[in-house]
Amino acid sequence: MSDPAIRFTNATVRYAGSDRAAIDGISFDVIPGELVVLLGPSGCGKSTLLRTVNRLVPLDAGKVEFFGSDVAATDPVDLRRNIGYAIQAVGLFGHMTVAANIGVVPSLLGWKSDAIDARVDELLTMVDLDPARYRGRKPRELSGGEAQRVGVARALAARPRALLMDEPFGAVDALVRAELQHELLRIVRDLQSTTLFVTHDVDEALLLADKIVAMQSGRIEQIGKPSDLLDHPESDYVRTLFHSGDSLYREYFLHVRAEMREQ
Amino acid sequence: MSYLTEHPGRVAVLALAHIELVGAALIVACAIAFPLGLFAARRPRVASWLLGALGALYTIPSLALLAVLVQLFGLGPLPIFVALVLYAQFMLARNVVAGINGVDRAQIDAARGLGMSPRQVLARVEVPQALPVMIGGVRVAAIAAIAIATLGGYVGTSGLGVLIFNGLTLHQLSLIVAGSLAASILAIVVDALLRLVERRARNALG
Repeated sequence: MSDPAIRFTNATVRYAGSDRAAIDGISFDVIPGELVVLLGPSGCGKSTLLRTVNRLVPLDAGKVEFFGSDVAATDPVDLRRNIGYAIQAVGLFGHMTVAANIGVVPSLLGWKSDAIDARVDELLTMVDLDPARYRGRKPRELSGGEAQRVGVARALAARPRALLMDEPFGAVDALVRAELQHELLRIVRDLQSTTLFVTHDVDEALLLADKIVAMQSGRIEQIGKPSDLLDHPESDYVRTLFHSGDSLYREYFLHVRAEMREQ
Repeated sequence: MSYLTEHPGRVAVLALAHIELVGAALIVACAIAFPLGLFAARRPRVASWLLGALGALYTIPSLALLAVLVQLFGLGPLPIFVALVLYAQFMLARNVVAGINGVDRAQIDAARGLGMSPRQVLARVEVPQALPVMIGGVRVAAIAAIAIATLGGYVGTSGLGVLIFNGLTLHQLSLIVAGSLAASILAIVVDALLRLVERRARNALG
């Protein structure tokens, strides 16, 4: 077994003024190339856990390692430039064009401008947007789905060693979401990208995940492959979440999963 | 009104002097207020303290402040210049703080998450995003400064105030009206121009 891309060891975060920990003693590994979904209701700590990886949230106890090095000992700016980051609100920079948004990390890293241009075109094509039409657009001229594609392209721009995604498809309608999910799977598979993906949507988790981390109240309820959680829930919480015993639900998702991966 | 049409050259010279005084004062005022505002913007306690102090300064009647400054600096352009710089601080700093605090949190989260240093977040995201509001502050400060600068005529500074105070001394209403009218027109023109700049900046933001 290869060394983990991300290793959480007893990761704990307490927010000031809150009586319980936002995340409480979380430990697990993310294997390189794996897509791991952090699943749970809002307030369960899944976003907090994600944000400890790129040090947007500091740990109060425990350790997070990124490809073997303790993130707490890594310069946060350098660390973040090696980790793609995409969020539900997208956060495209309103005063920059689509091309400038996608090129932001390469330009911070000092890439030459023709290398950035070529990379921007490559990424726009990858997320299925015509470079000629979209390079010069401003974020306000994009639909929600288009903005989210640009957000994903921006996260991937500097060939990061891992990708952190916080409910990236939470704000788009169901049809666009399905499209984006398909494309994410294709991209992540092509790039062999290690991905940590936060969602509260059980269906989305079942479709996308190699491994699901089901969370509640800052703790892990269960970790496993989607079929493990469907077939062998270890708590009532997981049983309810995954409609255990509903064989139609199980068959449907295992079928769609397989289908998405054939295309 | 007649004075304006009969002595356009004289009025133009005074108007130019007025613009020069206000322009120079605003440049110095921005050079002080922008760094202050940027420093305070992310420090709520500093911001409330700073804006409280500048707000208190702003409430001092201009004639009283000018009287104090003349005691310190003597007659001439310096006291009115200092008064203009001081009065502009409140509106300039307040709008920097409001502009920076109004920036979309998602853009700041993305900027940090993608690996911008705090300084890069400020220069590449926060300031460009806050620019329209900051320009709005310059616009309001400029209008106020144009009005207050007429007091310069009282302490021996060239500008449109000279017409007003000469009119008061000589009991010539036409001079007073001419000075006031010219200052008002100047304020309206500057307001319109800066509104245009503000709108441009807003459109550039998207």
